[in-house]
Amino acid sequence: MKRREFLARSGALVVSFALPRATAQEGGGAGSSNLPGSLAKAPALDAWIRVGANGSITVFTGKAELGQGIKTALLQIAAEELDVAFAALTIVTADTARTANEGYTAGSNSLKDSGVAIRNAAAQVRALLVAQAAKRLGAGADSLHTADGAVVSGDGKRIPYAELVDGLDLHVEAAPMSTFKDPKQYRVVSRPVARVDIPAKVSGGAAYVQDLRLPGMVHARVVRPPSYGATLAAVDEAGAAPFGAKVVRDGSFLAVVAPREWSAIKAMRALERSARWDERARLPDIAHLADAVLGLPAEDMVVEDHHAAAPGSARTLEATFTRHYQVHGSIGPSCAVAWMKDDGLTIWSHTQGVYPDRQAIAEMLGLPPARIRMIHAEGSGCYGHNGADDAAADAALIATRLPGTPVRVQWMREQEHAWEPFGPAMVTKVRAALDGSGRIVDWDYGVWSNSHSTRPGPAGSLLAAQHGAKAFAPPRQKVSKSADGLGDRNSVPLYSIPNLHVVHHFLPDMPVRVSALRSLGAYMNVFSIESFMDELAAAAGADPVEFRLSHLEDARGRDVVQAAARRFGWPRGGSAPAGHGYGFAFARYKNHAAYCAVAVEVAWDAERSRARVLRAAAAVDSGQVVNPDGLRNQLEGAILQSASWTLFEKVSFDRQRIRSTDWSTYPILRFDGVPEKVEIEILDRPGAPYLGSGECGQGPAAAAIANAVARASGKRLRDIPFRG
Amino acid sequence: MAAFELNGRNVTVDAEPDTPLLYVLRDGLKLNAAKYGCGLGQCGACTVMVNGEAVFSCLTPVSMIEGKRVTTLEGLGTALAPGKLQQAFIDEQAAQCGYCIPGMMMRAAALLAKTPHPTDAQIREAMQPNLCRCGTHMRILRAVKRASE
Repeated sequence: MKRREFLARSGALVVSFALPRATAQEGGGAGSSNLPGSLAKAPALDAWIRVGANGSITVFTGKAELGQGIKTALLQIAAEELDVAFAALTIVTADTARTANEGYTAGSNSLKDSGVAIRNAAAQVRALLVAQAAKRLGAGADSLHTADGAVVSGDGKRIPYAELVDGLDLHVEAAPMSTFKDPKQYRVVSRPVARVDIPAKVSGGAAYVQDLRLPGMVHARVVRPPSYGATLAAVDEAGAAPFGAKVVRDGSFLAVVAPREWSAIKAMRALERSARWDERARLPDIAHLADAVLGLPAEDMVVEDHHAAAPGSARTLEATFTRHYQVHGSIGPSCAVAWMKDDGLTIWSHTQGVYPDRQAIAEMLGLPPARIRMIHAEGSGCYGHNGADDAAADAALIATRLPGTPVRVQWMREQEHAWEPFGPAMVTKVRAALDGSGRIVDWDYGVWSNSHSTRPGPAGSLLAAQHGAKAFAPPRQKVSKSADGLGDRNSVPLYSIPNLHVVHHFLPDMPVRVSALRSLGAYMNVFSIESFMDELAAAAGADPVEFRLSHLEDARGRDVVQAAARRFGWPRGGSAPAGHGYGFAFARYKNHAAYCAVAVEVAWDAERSRARVLRAAAAVDSGQVVNPDGLRNQLEGAILQSASWTLFEKVSFDRQRIRSTDWSTYPILRFDGVPEKVEIEILDRPGAPYLGSGECGQGPAAAAIANAVARASGKRLRDIPFRG
Repeated sequence: MAAFELNGRNVTVDAEPDTPLLYVLRDGLKLNAAKYGCGLGQCGACTVMVNGEAVFSCLTPVSMIEGKRVTTLEGLGTALAPGKLQQAFIDEQAAQCGYCIPGMMMRAAALLAKTPHPTDAQIREAMQPNLCRCGTHMRILRAVKRASE
């Protein structure tokens, strides 16, 4: 049997065997065929590009706009390879009725998955249009070219695409290879095209799921338990009546529904006051975070282990780093609208994965997935798995009790803060040896962490399913090795070290609800590795930038390190004015995505033991750049968000309840902490594969700040957040 | 019932007197710009102008704005005909998810109404009540500056 036939006949088996589930959930990995990117999942050209009878062209993607600018970037790619004006295209994003199943919009994979699929599809559609024109003109395709939405012959005759639609069949399987435009000819890709979603967002247009208003729509609020696992013992349901609200109860799932939003809120508060809950949660002792994390039972997985002859060690250093639970902290709490009609249930949600979330909701409701249509509608930025999927499940469950009526669920601030799945607490321990010449000869590293992906999938991952009468249990998480990694993401340094041993101490028990937060384990692992690299550089008496370069063979990595140092104006030795410190850090995200180096200057307030980032300069190589301004925007955001996480952020709880429930109990970066200047230098690599970059700055920014603080204050801060 | 001026026209709304202005704008008047973020006056996503001052609409009962002048982001222009501040945010591409941006813009509009040419320090100080989670702060600051020039 040929390989292709085998794959075709047993595709599902091969997919599930070849891909650890966690990888599949994060949208990474290869598909079941040899087609590039997400074409492997949806090989028909018209899954990606459709041309209307009037010549209008629509691009389809299974990825979702999360504020990262993906709509614009994908349109740029399509416009470039189709040779049409950017403004002439429209795009349809994640919708189970209309787009391919591309899993989750996560892991900085959208260009690698959807961008590659659309680029190939667009190039092949263009070739088909040229073939149509060649037939029409009786000319060889080689004698034709395309420009601005038309095929042009050698003698200048121009046939607009609209005139070539008749007989054009795009419902054909894509070929594995495409003929692409030479990057030197690019007119749209690699240009800073203005984002298509911004005009509505700055003018009060309907831009978010929160803005969706359907005829007869009612407003729902969920009354959440006071702690994990609490069950509803009693509630005075009549308390909702004065506000004209109905009560929906399913086991310990309790919600109110009212025609007006403010009435729903007041009814929710009334039920909160009368509800009695049996609480059973036993949360870890947060005052001793490292002990709490290290005390959980671990399943060990060796991530990397190699050994080679090396000079003897002259000096050994070791350190332990910790990171608290942290929130996604979307400014807009999660929201969803669901509408149960005779022909099925439609849900609008800012989920990162319409297909997997639909699967989970279908299981919760006992409905066939085909009876549910899930449509992505933008929400507030999510930065990973926040309350979106849960809010969608809330809306779906309530809507099934109110057939014919659209139901809008809006979470309250305290619900988002307390119930979203947090970025997991983590501990890392590292020990390394330097030889007599100051080179690293041995590196031993361990990372203790929960899973970083408890996304749907199974119904038990949804709060409404857990709290409902059927009480679905959260699925037990297993350790698995994957190309992207979860808690172990970026746990292997990119540096050349002859003896290296890296272990992921996977913690299956999750006393606190956790899941994917932007960059997953990479944030903590890069923070740890790159902080420790500075400690080693200091021990070796070396400049931090030179120390990194002396251990880095990867040419693109070296370019990025040197570009960031140059852009920052890194002085040899790294000395800063008194009270200030310069810090540097570098990583290649997942060790196979974008390269990013960050240098920062901090001012250290010794009296308050507080750092402020004054300026940052970063360099990034994300392969072929699609939208340089979009990439800059992502990197600027990554640096500021990581600064906020690193300096300020930790979830607080007592032994039973989450206690950080708003922005005063969980402070984040405000304008008074924003740097004076942030510069991003892009190292474009025309024609090179797209490298995911939306998350590549989180780890380097954190470590650069720690390193700058150490140089400004003499204090090595190893526990995130630095505010204590 | 409450009557007030909204973006230059008189409106009368049927709402309980304790209803926060935010819900009157969004739920009653079907406006999108003012956003629910916290309901506590901690994030500024709901910021609008009342008589030229930036206020948290999530904390302002509609009974308190009787007869007053309310300006929301919709009052500054449209996507097709953006006002100066809106154009500045477009020119600087000052949004990622954009959810906080309407509140940011109304905070900035209130500043610029009083201080047409603010210093960088004045802009930062004025924007302090508003939170952005995407880390778009540098662009927001540049956009406010651009609008003042």
